[in-house]
Amino acid sequence: MSVTVDVPVAVPAAPPRSARGTGWDRAFEILCFSAATLLLTALGGLVISLVIGGWPALSKFGFAFFTSAEWDPVQEVYGAAGAIVGTVVSAGLALLLALPLAFGIAIFLVELCPPILRRTIGTAVELLAGIPSIVYGMWGLFVFAPWFAKHVQMPMMMSAKPGSLWEKLTAGIPNGAGIFTASVILAIMILPFIAATMRELLMTIPATVRESAYGLGSTTFEVIRNVSLPYVRTGAIGAVMLGLGRALGETMAVTFVIGNAHGFPTSLFSPGSTIASTIANEFTEATGELHLAALISLGLVLFVITFTVLALARLLIGRQQNL
Amino acid sequence: MSMAAAAPRLSRRLGEIVFLSACWVATGVALVALAAILWSLLTKGVGGLDLNVFTKSTPAPGNEGGLLNAILGSVMMCVLAMIGAALVGFLAGTWLSEFARDSRYGKVVRFLNDVLLSAPSILVGLFVYEILVAPLKGFSGFAGAVALGLIAAPVITRTTEDVLRLQPTALREASVALGAPVWRTIFTVIWKSARSGMLTGALLAFARISGETAPLLFTALNNQFLSLDLTKPTANLPVVIANFALTAYDDWRRLAWTAALLITATVLVVTMLARILLRGNTRSS
Repeated sequence: MSVTVDVPVAVPAAPPRSARGTGWDRAFEILCFSAATLLLTALGGLVISLVIGGWPALSKFGFAFFTSAEWDPVQEVYGAAGAIVGTVVSAGLALLLALPLAFGIAIFLVELCPPILRRTIGTAVELLAGIPSIVYGMWGLFVFAPWFAKHVQMPMMMSAKPGSLWEKLTAGIPNGAGIFTASVILAIMILPFIAATMRELLMTIPATVRESAYGLGSTTFEVIRNVSLPYVRTGAIGAVMLGLGRALGETMAVTFVIGNAHGFPTSLFSPGSTIASTIANEFTEATGELHLAALISLGLVLFVITFTVLALARLLIGRQQNL
Repeated sequence: MSMAAAAPRLSRRLGEIVFLSACWVATGVALVALAAILWSLLTKGVGGLDLNVFTKSTPAPGNEGGLLNAILGSVMMCVLAMIGAALVGFLAGTWLSEFARDSRYGKVVRFLNDVLLSAPSILVGLFVYEILVAPLKGFSGFAGAVALGLIAAPVITRTTEDVLRLQPTALREASVALGAPVWRTIFTVIWKSARSGMLTGALLAFARISGETAPLLFTALNNQFLSLDLTKPTANLPVVIANFALTAYDDWRRLAWTAALLITATVLVVTMLARILLRGNTRSS
């Protein structure tokens, strides 16, 4: 898509203007236009810088960069597959965990919550979104992981029958650091975003629509399932993808708890790595030009993945409602 | 639906109970998670909160020290980032709302701003490394501020556009009818009436960048010493947490918890402030 702009076209947004305005008006408009263009340039520059910075690695390894999971700074061999799989799996699992909870919270706040508590609980859930990633990481590593290993991982491993798929999934060292722990922390982090968007969406449903359903004798569950959710379906999918986009790019929290091992994760409890955690861990200690380039290429891959997800999300939410 | 109506009564009621309890439980889980995190921060962080934290710089292991250099560095970078981001964000948001509401280019900018808004912050760090750190051959607090500014600007742009759009058209017409030029209309009428909303956006952006770690890892890096020089690596709270938390030294870990408590408290207070401001705004209008 080519954008040709020589002179910003003033669409009379609100003030009907008979003339094109004074010189000051033009100056102010150009100033505003420049600020907007600066943002556009920043995003464009980001993409270009990632492509240029990552090019040495991409041209050396070619397509194998995306299919090989070998990541060996000593031999100077780099493959992104392990980190890509780690990113997608941890974010996907997080979404699976966060989705029912977030929908439950949104429904609770809109339909069930006593009005006195609504604001307090709504604020509390939103505060969860305000806690910095690094604090989640620290809490995850020092408080959550030990508890999780003892009370969730161990029982899950014990319950596995020998030879079953479940045993394979729960194999590994239950020390609390691994893909699954990272997913749980990610789930807590994206929960408030999905819940907030869902809540906004549910509030857009006209009261008459819901009231008619109740009037027909529906239970709350039936109203939600048959009236509310279908009404906001497109937007809800967008909300979910917005959450996914966040989970994919989350860095510090994941870096603390995922265990940081290269290669494909072999089970839920095995240590792994994501694109963001690999960059965070190795960038300042990169051994050579190629290592640096490989890390920047990883960044480019992450950008492409999140851009796709976010663009879809915006499209879907935008179609539903101007949120 | 007729299907549901035909189903046995008991199963409907049972389904309802299960569903409603699930919603209660989901909310409970989120509240417990919040409480658990805040509790950990308080129990592990308050103990280390003494005067040294605010008067001494980060220590060598085993020595007495505080977080003064990190707090100062964080404040300097955040303030610098916010000045730049507010300038760009307010103007860009104004352009989107007042000059380009339906234009093609406006739509492109709006969409890409939303992408930038939710782009992983570590990528912003990589970008700033490529354009500022690598060419100038050195990590600097200035590069850190640029990275933070790039994260804050889209937030401010978005909220500014949203609140400006809410301003009634009649307001603009009234001002123009009095003979005010467009720039004066925007400055003294539209911006003034949208003031608290715009401030809310800036506060939310500030809350977001004050805890950001990933973009600072390879832009501002860290600095053991107290320094006001933003052309050199600059200490900051998030990176100090990241470095100190993963060490085996108990006193460093304690400082990391204290720093985490400070950051979280700041972020939560600013977020609450923004909410109160917003509430006051919607009530008055």
